[in-house]
Formats: sequence, C-alpha cells, structure tokens
Amino acid sequence: MSMGYRYDMRWLAGLLLVLALLPPLLGNNYYLTVLTMCCLNAMIAVGLSLLVGHAGQISLGHAGFYGLAAYTTAALSTTLGVPVGLSMLAGVGASAAVAALVGLPALKLKGHYLAMATLGFGVILSILFNETVEITGGPSGFTGIPRLSLFGVEFSSDLSVYYLIVALLGLVVWLSFNILHSRVGRALRALHTSEKAAQAMGIDIARYKLFVFVVSAAFAGLAGVLYAHYLTFIAPASFGFSFSVQLIVMVVLGGMTSVPGSIVGAFFLTVLPEFLRAFENVEIVLFGGILVLCMMYLPDGLAGGFNRLWRLVWRLIYVRADKYRQNRQDRQDRRDRQESQDRQDVQDRLEMLDRQDNMDGKDGGDNG
Amino acid sequence: MAEPLLVCTDVGVRFGGLQALSGVDLTAGTDEITAVIGPNGAGKTTLINAVSGMVQAQRGTFRLGTDDITRAQPHERSRLGLVRTFQNLEIFSNMTLLENVMTGCHARLRVAPWHSLLRTRTSRAMEKAIQNEALEVLDFVGLFELAKYQARDLPFGKQRLLELARALAARPRLLLLDEPAAGLNMSETQLLADLILRAREHFRLSIVLVEHDMDLVMRISDQVLVLCFGQVISRGAPAQIQRDPQVIAAYLGDDED
Amino acid sequence: MDLPSLLQYLITGLTVGATYGLTALGFTIIFNTTGIINFAQGEFVMLGGMMSVFFMRALGLPEPLAIVLAVAGTTLLGALVERLAIRPVRDCPAINLVIITIGVSILIRGAAMLLWGKDTFALPPFSGSAPVSFFGAALMPQTLWVLAISLLILAGLKTFFSRSIHGKAMLACSYDPKAAALVGIGVDRMVLLSFMISALVGAVGGAILAPITLTSFDVGVMLGLKGFAACILGGLGNPFGAAAGGLILGVLESLGAGFISSAYKDALAFVILLVLLFVRPSGLFGRKDGKRV
Repeated sequence: MSMGYRYDMRWLAGLLLVLALLPPLLGNNYYLTVLTMCCLNAMIAVGLSLLVGHAGQISLGHAGFYGLAAYTTAALSTTLGVPVGLSMLAGVGASAAVAALVGLPALKLKGHYLAMATLGFGVILSILFNETVEITGGPSGFTGIPRLSLFGVEFSSDLSVYYLIVALLGLVVWLSFNILHSRVGRALRALHTSEKAAQAMGIDIARYKLFVFVVSAAFAGLAGVLYAHYLTFIAPASFGFSFSVQLIVMVVLGGMTSVPGSIVGAFFLTVLPEFLRAFENVEIVLFGGILVLCMMYLPDGLAGGFNRLWRLVWRLIYVRADKYRQNRQDRQDRRDRQESQDRQDVQDRLEMLDRQDNMDGKDGGDNG
Repeated sequence: MAEPLLVCTDVGVRFGGLQALSGVDLTAGTDEITAVIGPNGAGKTTLINAVSGMVQAQRGTFRLGTDDITRAQPHERSRLGLVRTFQNLEIFSNMTLLENVMTGCHARLRVAPWHSLLRTRTSRAMEKAIQNEALEVLDFVGLFELAKYQARDLPFGKQRLLELARALAARPRLLLLDEPAAGLNMSETQLLADLILRAREHFRLSIVLVEHDMDLVMRISDQVLVLCFGQVISRGAPAQIQRDPQVIAAYLGDDED
Repeated sequence: MDLPSLLQYLITGLTVGATYGLTALGFTIIFNTTGIINFAQGEFVMLGGMMSVFFMRALGLPEPLAIVLAVAGTTLLGALVERLAIRPVRDCPAINLVIITIGVSILIRGAAMLLWGKDTFALPPFSGSAPVSFFGAALMPQTLWVLAISLLILAGLKTFFSRSIHGKAMLACSYDPKAAALVGIGVDRMVLLSFMISALVGAVGGAILAPITLTSFDVGVMLGLKGFAACILGGLGNPFGAAAGGLILGVLESLGAGFISSAYKDALAFVILLVLLFVRPSGLFGRKDGKRV
C-alpha cells in the first residue's frame, strides 16, 4: 500500500460510479442478478484480503460466517417475526461473535494448522445447516424470507436492492482503506512479515489477529444477510467448503495485497461460470483450466497483471523503452549486489525522490 | 554505578536437554551501555531473548525500573520501555522506511481501533503526529531522504540503521541491540558506534548490546559481561575484561565450537 | 453398548481409516518435498476407484488387471500434473501453487464427470462378499484386503525412504532443498517422484475402498478433506503420524456414527480435530518446532 489514501479514495469513487452506471447499460434482469452477486462476493473478498493478504492469516471457513449470518437473519425474521433491519443486525453480530469465539483459540495456530482449524469450523457449520432441519429447513433450503426493508422502507425492486448493496460495498471498501492507512493496518502488515519484530514494537499480535478476523467475518456476515433477504431463499449448498475455497481463490487470483484486486477477483470468478454456461458440460473443466492458467501466468494476480499491462501501454505511449530497460537492469543489478552498494546509487535515488516529491507535491501530506 | 534500570537475577533457560543459560545475573545501569560478549554458542542471544520475553526463562526474575516483568509478554515488555533489535534483520520489508518507523511508534500513541476504522479526527491527528516523529527519527539515523522507499530495496547496512531507527521511535528506556554490527564493514561500524553514542545522549537511553566486534565493544561500552557455555565467567569495565586471563582462555579455546 | 457392535464399529472405522491414512500419506509425501498441500490428492483417490470400474466395465478386463492399470494411469497423471502445472511455476509463493492444485482438482473432477457421468459405481469385492464372524462381529473379506494392502504400502514406503537412494534423497529434499541441491540431488526429479508416489498411494487407496463405499466422480472432495485432517491430526510432515491419524479419524467417525448419530459423524470428527488442535497445536505426533529467534 505505498499508494496514498487519496489515490485509494479516487479509486473507490470510480468503482461506485461504474457500478451505479452499469444497470441501465445492461438492461437485463439476469445481468442485474449476476452483478448483485458480484458485489456480495466482493464484500466478502475485501474482508478476506485484509485477513489473508495483509495480516497473513488463512481462513478456509469464511463461507461459514456468510451462511451463519444468512440463517440467523432468516430464522429471526421469518420464524420469529423480528423486523428485518433488526434481524440483519443480529445476523452480522452473530457472525462477528462466533468469529471472536473461534478466533481466540484458532488464531494461535499457524499456517496449515490454522487452515485446517478454519476449514473444520466451516465444515461443522455446513453440516449443522444441513442437519438442523427444524431451524434451517435442511438440504432443501429455507424459503419465504421477507424482502429487504430498512426503517419501514421496503426495497421492492431488484434495482433498489442492488443500489443498497453497492452503497454497502462502498462502505466496506472505505472501512478497509481506513484500516490499511492507519496504525492498525501497519500493525497487521507488521505481524504478517515478522511476528517477533511486531511484538518487539509493542504490538499485541493476538489482539490484532482477532480484530481482523472478526472484521472480515462481519463483512462476510453483512454479505450473508443481504443475500438472504435479496434472494428470499437460501440453501446449505451455497455455504459449503467449496465456496470457502472459491473465496480464497478470488483473493489470491485478484492479487493478495490489493483491495481493488480482490474486488476484481470476486467479479471475475463470479462472472466466469455465467459465461461458461454456454459450454454446458465442459463448463467445470474450462473453469478449472482457466484457474490453473491464470495462476500460472499471472503470479501476482489479476491486479498485478493489469498493472503490468497498464505500465506496458504507458511505456508504449511515451516511447521511452530504452530508459525503461535501463531502469529494469539497474534494479536487477541492485538486487544482485545488495550489500556492496555505492554512493552513486544513493545519489540516483535522491534525484528520483526529488522528482517524485515534485509530483506528489500537489497531493498534500495526507497519505500515511 | 548509576541506579540500575534492568536487573535480571539467576536467569536459567533450557532447550530440551541443553542448558543454554544458568544462574546468569545481568544488571544494566541507567544511561549506561552494557555489552554482553562471549564465544559462539555462549548463550548471548538467548539472554537477549529471555530479557525481551521471546524465550520463556525457566528460572530467574526480571525487573525493569520498578516493574517486575518476569511474567510479561514480549509486547508488554516493549510497552514498558524495553525494546530490541534482531541479529537477523527483522525489518518490515513490505513497507516503506517511513511506515517501518511509524510502526515503531505503535505502542506510544494509542487510540481504540474504531478511530482508525472510521478515520476520525483523532486518528488523523495522531497519524500526522506519528509521521512527523518518524521523520525526525529517520533524520537522526540519516535515512530521511529515503523515507518513501520500500524497505526491501535498501542495502544491508542501511537496513540495520532502519531497524535501529524503528526501535528508537518506540522511545525505549532500555534498548537491546543483538549484534548491531554484524555484516557491516569497518567504516559502517564506525558510524554505528557514533550513532549509538549519540542516541544515548539524545534519547537518554540505557543500552544492552550483544556484539562480536571487540573494537566496537571496547570503544562504547561502560560495562562488559562475558558469557561462556551459558554462564557468566567475568564482568567489569572493558579494560579490566581485556586483561582477564579467563576471558582470554575462553576466546582462544574457542576451537571446538 | 455390547462388545460385538463395538467391535463392528471398530472394524468399519479401521477400514475407512486406512483409506484416510493412505490419502494422508499422499499429502505428506508432496508436502515434504514441496511445502505445499496438494488439493488434488482426493482426486487421485477418486481416479483409483473410478478408473478401475471403467477398465472393468468398458474394456471388460479382469479386476486385478483393471486395478493395476488404474493405478498406473493415476500415477502417470500425477507426473503430468507436476510437469505441466507445478514445475513451470516452482518459484511462485506456496499459496499460488496451492491454488493451482485446487484448479487441477476442479479440472480432474470435471473431466471425470464428463467421461463417466454423475452415477455411483461399485467395484466387486476382491474375494467374495460372504462375511466371516469375528467375536460376534461380521468381518467382510474386503476389510482384510484393505488392511493388508494398506500395511503393505506403509511397509513398502518405510523401506523406500530408509533404504533406497531415491527415498533418502527425497527425505533430504524435505529437510533442506537447497542443501540437497548442493550435494547433487536433482530436486526437480524428486518433486516429480513425490507427485507420482502420492498419486500411486492415493489410487491404491481408492481402488481398495471402492468395493466397500461405492465411488463416483465427486468422492474426492470429502476424502481429500479427511486425508488433510488426518495429516494435521498426526502432525504435518510425519508420514507415519499421517497414517495413524487416518486410522484414528476413521475409528472416531465410526464410533460417533454408531453411538451418537450418523448425520453428525463428519461434524463429530472435525469437532474432535478442532479440540485437539486447540490443546496440542502441532498435532498428536508432531514435533514442537524448536524456533530460533
């Protein structure tokens, strides 16, 4: 996150603008549904990118938090007649609370052990969704969930729900950028790189791991309650292990340490099966194949790929290929003889820094 | 000797069947530089780890000023003013220099996480303050101009300085330096020695350092502790240590390590 | 609870657990040489069973030959996966490689569905289906086959790792790939070998279990999960811990299904796993890592 806060805010504004303008252009109800699902998945992916990409903690159970919130609000609003706004709040709260309870012991684990613990948690929840038929309706699903309504206003059209979801996605992204450009964000990245050094700087790593785990579960929960009241029908198949894996794939495919990347990843992975539907039977094979190829040829994710493409176009426009090659060579050399760096090199960088400062000058000192 | 700031008594650390430290007493006087030396495998780094809480000592008590820190977690010790650096650099390579040093300020300017989450006025003001402070510290170690570069692009010697800056930004009372001169050349070590002495003045620090470079140790330390096979074999002023026959024997008989 | 039914659950658990153990062994072998969890491991197990069925039905081959061909085919596929999808990107971060194996597993599962449809198939038991009475519990001959072949594989792997030069080289790679390369071990070849052995072990597990639990294109998912769980239970990286973890998981599951509720048997296995992880973070037989600060 070397880019400034203002840069990220501009990106967010651009995203909201595009999402606001898309529905009239698409003009088809089916596309609107796909787009809505994209936004919901993006919401979860953004939270997960905080957890996985920035704090370096894996979760293979986030579909569980998504489902838990969905079933909580469904059961409260449908079975018990709680007002929808309240039940949604309870759904998000349930996800966050359970995340806190599970995270407390689980986040002491590292790497594959944490992956297993979160995976196990997800599987347990998914079995509960299937088996507690009196509450959840079992494998055939929970039907008749009331549509979204907040403060007495019912969101009766799909389009109005879509705009609400876009606004909430905006909120989620804004909160995430705030976290990343603050001491909390620094603490998360610090404990990702070196837990020892983070502790040496007085960072309570257990507390921050738990914080980001709960935040990401709450984001997943928010997506879950919106999903339940948007479709008015939920079934356990949507909240299983394979969806947890898909979520991780979205984050990694998009570009682990980039919030915009995880949004792109979520959109890509949600839209892709819809495109592939035309190929009927070979759909799954193609999906697997594309996933493998993307990961092989875009190691830093779609965001990294876009960045490289963008830079390439940039270079082509300002035919400065020579200088570019020179710079790249320099960087390579620098890496090779990292230890015996001479003064000249430092001088070069000072100049570059001056230039960069001149460019940043109008941007103000807002970035943290 | 001034009033001791750090008092560790009868420290014992065991890894499985290996007694890494036994019966070690370490005191560090206020505003003093205490050096810990000894042959490879003598337990110097283990001592630093035990003092900073990264390794749990089975025996012994640790006291910093008036606080008993024997049971304290590493981050709690850091918040009480006991901050360390690492022998194998542990800089935050995915951040800029500025962010590295700002992370050093983490524990000093605390606000609840929701301030950060909502980017409140308090949070922004604090960020600004931290940034200014971090720039000051970067300036102090001579890395001001490189503030916006990624830490991983820095040459090794400057990464060492960065780690020192990060530790200084935490405004410790006691700074633990684990082989700060490892991997530095002669002139860099010279600069480091000056810097450590300046830092002591400027930040009013007490320092405990583990070091192999005898020139550096003899030049800057007020007090030296010699470890061999996990036990203290000598302690005293640098000049005194240099003449101690036991110390000389320990170093010359170093071959089997 | 009476003795025969307890014994019955134990037998069922050990049989299923043996397959979990073999799957877990596959995970461990690849993890040890590459440091990644191969999410396609469950698909290797599925292929062992499905290809045996296919060779028997479509080509009319006798069962032993069909199984040998299925195992050989899966081993070859394991080699292909390594050469085409893993080796070209060996230097990428581990998480990328894990995602690639996820993609591969989706690909294999999709191809299996395309080739053989969504039906469930059964492989005939190797030597009849007349149960033998064993202290009041019914013992199927296939159970004996499963246990015997699993033990045989375990013994074979043990010999391979401790006696053969290739086995020792693979162990060396797992301890320190750089040092192994320095003493002249071809790390690439060892990784290839590890994928082949994993595929082989997985396929054998799939083939011997198919007569008992039936098989279909999607059995790999759950088997893969259980195998991973068994690895963690036993302590990741320890092959014999993995095998033991599989057996323990199988027995726990079977007892849970018998005495508590069959609907929650999978949940029960994972609850126990979670509790265990929280109490012993490095698994039952995992070494506590001696970290150096």
